[in-house]
Amino acid sequence: MRSILSVAGAVAWRMLHNNFSTPSLLIPGLVFPLFFFTAFAGGLSRVNDVPGFQFPVGYTAFQFVFVLLQSAAFAGVFTGFGIVRDFESGFIRRLMLAAPDRRGIVLGYLFGALGRWIVTATVLTIVAVAVGMQIGGNGVDLFALYALAVLVNFCGLLWASGVAMRLRTLQAGPIMQLPVFLCLFFAPVFVPVALLAHWLRVIAHLNPVTLLLETGRSLIAGDATHVAAAFATAVALVGVFSVWALRGLRKAEAAGG
Amino acid sequence: MSLAAQVFYLGRRSVIRILRQPANWIFPLVFPLALMAVNTGGLHAATNLPGFPSDSFVAFFLAFPFIQGALFATVNAGVDLARDIQTGFLNRLALTPMRSGALLAGHLGGVLAVGALQALWYLTVGLVIGVRFESGAAGALVVFLLAVLIVFAFGSFGALAALRTGSTEAVHSLFPLFFVFLFISSMNLPRNLIETEWFRVAASLNPVSYLIEAIRSLVIEGWNAEALALGFGIAIALAIVGLTLSSLALRGRMART
Amino acid sequence: MDRAIEVRGLVREFKGGIKAVAGIDLDVAPGEIYGFLGPNGAGKSTTVHMLTTLLPPTAGTARVGGFDIVKQGPEVRKTIGAALQEAALDPLLTGREHLRLQLALHGIPRSERPARTDELLERVGLRLAADRKIGGYSGGMKRRLDLALALAHRPRILFLDEPTTGLDVQSRSALWDEVVRLKREDGVTVFLTTQYLEEADVLADRVGIIDHGRLVAEGTPAALKSEIGRPTIEALPADGTDDGTLEQVLRRFGALQPSTAGVAVRLDGQGDLADVVRALDAADVRVADLHLHAPTLDDVFLAKTGRSLEGSEEAEAEPE
Repeated sequence: MRSILSVAGAVAWRMLHNNFSTPSLLIPGLVFPLFFFTAFAGGLSRVNDVPGFQFPVGYTAFQFVFVLLQSAAFAGVFTGFGIVRDFESGFIRRLMLAAPDRRGIVLGYLFGALGRWIVTATVLTIVAVAVGMQIGGNGVDLFALYALAVLVNFCGLLWASGVAMRLRTLQAGPIMQLPVFLCLFFAPVFVPVALLAHWLRVIAHLNPVTLLLETGRSLIAGDATHVAAAFATAVALVGVFSVWALRGLRKAEAAGG
Repeated sequence: MSLAAQVFYLGRRSVIRILRQPANWIFPLVFPLALMAVNTGGLHAATNLPGFPSDSFVAFFLAFPFIQGALFATVNAGVDLARDIQTGFLNRLALTPMRSGALLAGHLGGVLAVGALQALWYLTVGLVIGVRFESGAAGALVVFLLAVLIVFAFGSFGALAALRTGSTEAVHSLFPLFFVFLFISSMNLPRNLIETEWFRVAASLNPVSYLIEAIRSLVIEGWNAEALALGFGIAIALAIVGLTLSSLALRGRMART
Repeated sequence: MDRAIEVRGLVREFKGGIKAVAGIDLDVAPGEIYGFLGPNGAGKSTTVHMLTTLLPPTAGTARVGGFDIVKQGPEVRKTIGAALQEAALDPLLTGREHLRLQLALHGIPRSERPARTDELLERVGLRLAADRKIGGYSGGMKRRLDLALALAHRPRILFLDEPTTGLDVQSRSALWDEVVRLKREDGVTVFLTTQYLEEADVLADRVGIIDHGRLVAEGTPAALKSEIGRPTIEALPADGTDDGTLEQVLRRFGALQPSTAGVAVRLDGQGDLADVVRALDAADVRVADLHLHAPTLDDVFLAKTGRSLEGSEEAEAEPE
């Protein structure tokens, strides 16, 4: 266990150091979520007036939850791009040679993705509060909201790292991004489920992101619903993607890195 | 060899290169429509807002894929041109009797060819899913022409970025900028229904709003002279500016005697 | 045409006052292979870029194929072919498509293009790979295609900028053979830049050595080397030490030179290697080893600049 954690710490440190010292990596990760928040909450605030739309703490909070979860997922995916770069440059071989327990490498990437997202989430929250977002939930509710987002972050990274370790080339980029994008957007992004078009409502009901999103919104509104189910779903997804990622690691090892 | 023949050969090469990179043409054909599906599914209830100009959100939103598709075509082609500079292929062409104008025209010709195919595809999909053009068949033709003009205008800016920077990464980094112009616009709601004032002002200052509104007017209104004049005028102005600047950039890049 | 290439006072200065080429004068006769030798950053590629009209000079003049490089750029380009430092190929096109595009841009009639394409592919040994995309070519194959493209329009003058850098021994040898064939059979003038001494030595009729943007030596390889001096012979005694006999024998052939392991003399024309061997044999002197050190172009560079060419690298000034 100690060796896994030491490897993880070293890998995470490197990822975070590179991310925060390279503007071209840092800035998009911060700017894009803010941009989406602005575009959706600012440009679509009128949707609040759509008949049947009822969200007690306003459209800004409604969109904040989506953007929070979206930024968490994509922080994981963009960390996956870093993993691909490590393969393409050959640096991954250095990590594999040095790590006594290579599972620590995946864990390190996980910590790196989390660290990256924590900064983004902090900035996003400050901006949301600054523009007057209403918050109905208490401290426990908000803690649960962010905890849910952390699990989404883990899912994003574990999915992306599994793809990266199997393909080991930048061609993996679209494969990493597109499913995450589709999962996020085939969900009640702009309006609650009940107001979606029929075909999208059907897909949204099958999409686990819908449960996470609606629970997150209920937490920020202070009217927590389906929290246990949402966490169970998120934990199960983390479990599934962990297996995906670790099997990817084995494939990468078999291919020589 | 005549200028027209040189343009033909270089344009043909441009098209061949695009076709041999499936991600560069499949993605622009699929992704804008996927996003359209998601947005229309998510926002169809917005048609119930008082003053919404159409009872079909699909018809309202059909303009979007033309603009986003143009964006993809531009960035992809710009990256190809930047790669020519990075690999030294531009020097190889410069050593032939090729006129420098032929290079730009050939490059833009390739972008136009792909843009035209994309526009036809979006029109076809729109008709298949039941969108009725209030301006009739003639209006659909005008949509096609305007869409091709927009591709040309955006394409010249993509070429400008490639010629100025000679870097594929720099051209890729344009994508988020174009994205901002696309989202901070009347893409999702008509400008008069955007509640947030700063957003409405920004959308009103954004030339992309008028391109979207020109196409949209042909779909949901009929013949709106003002919208068409603004849309065509802005597209032509963008094309002139883009072409002028990229011609100057080409002159600087190909400093041959 | 008296001279294929004629350069007078050529200068190229970049932003910040960096002079990549600081005033070069040289002449290349028609049908000659001229080797332009120098370390990285010496100004070789910048010179080639100017002579091929890709970069205007800051000062000075040059005529290539009888045409002024500044005032008659298009005429120069019709006369020359160039394979520059980067292979400059499109990974999405096949070899055949590259050649067809090149021929089309050079105005070769459509009816002639297929035959000319096949001829060039055959010549560089790429006929079987012609319809594969460049992305799948090895480094050597890319270089061969690069050469074929440079020859597509039958230029009278060919510029090769470090054509064998990164190639394996076999590919390098094949390229050398082709360069020699071009000169011998087609009478093509070749201006070849290289950082490899052996390449200049083997291929070039005349060599110009450039350092810090200036020509520091010019002449045939043999003449340049003989300018520096005669060969040195070094002998290592068989039993590890010399009782003076070995030195006595060798001193008949030239002046003693420093040697860490044995005895060395610089030959002064009194005899050659064969004579030395016969003299050692006659004196019954046993040697473990006998070396003949002929001056190299590196010695020439060392004599002219105080530095060795091999291992001497600086970043070349970035073109604007």
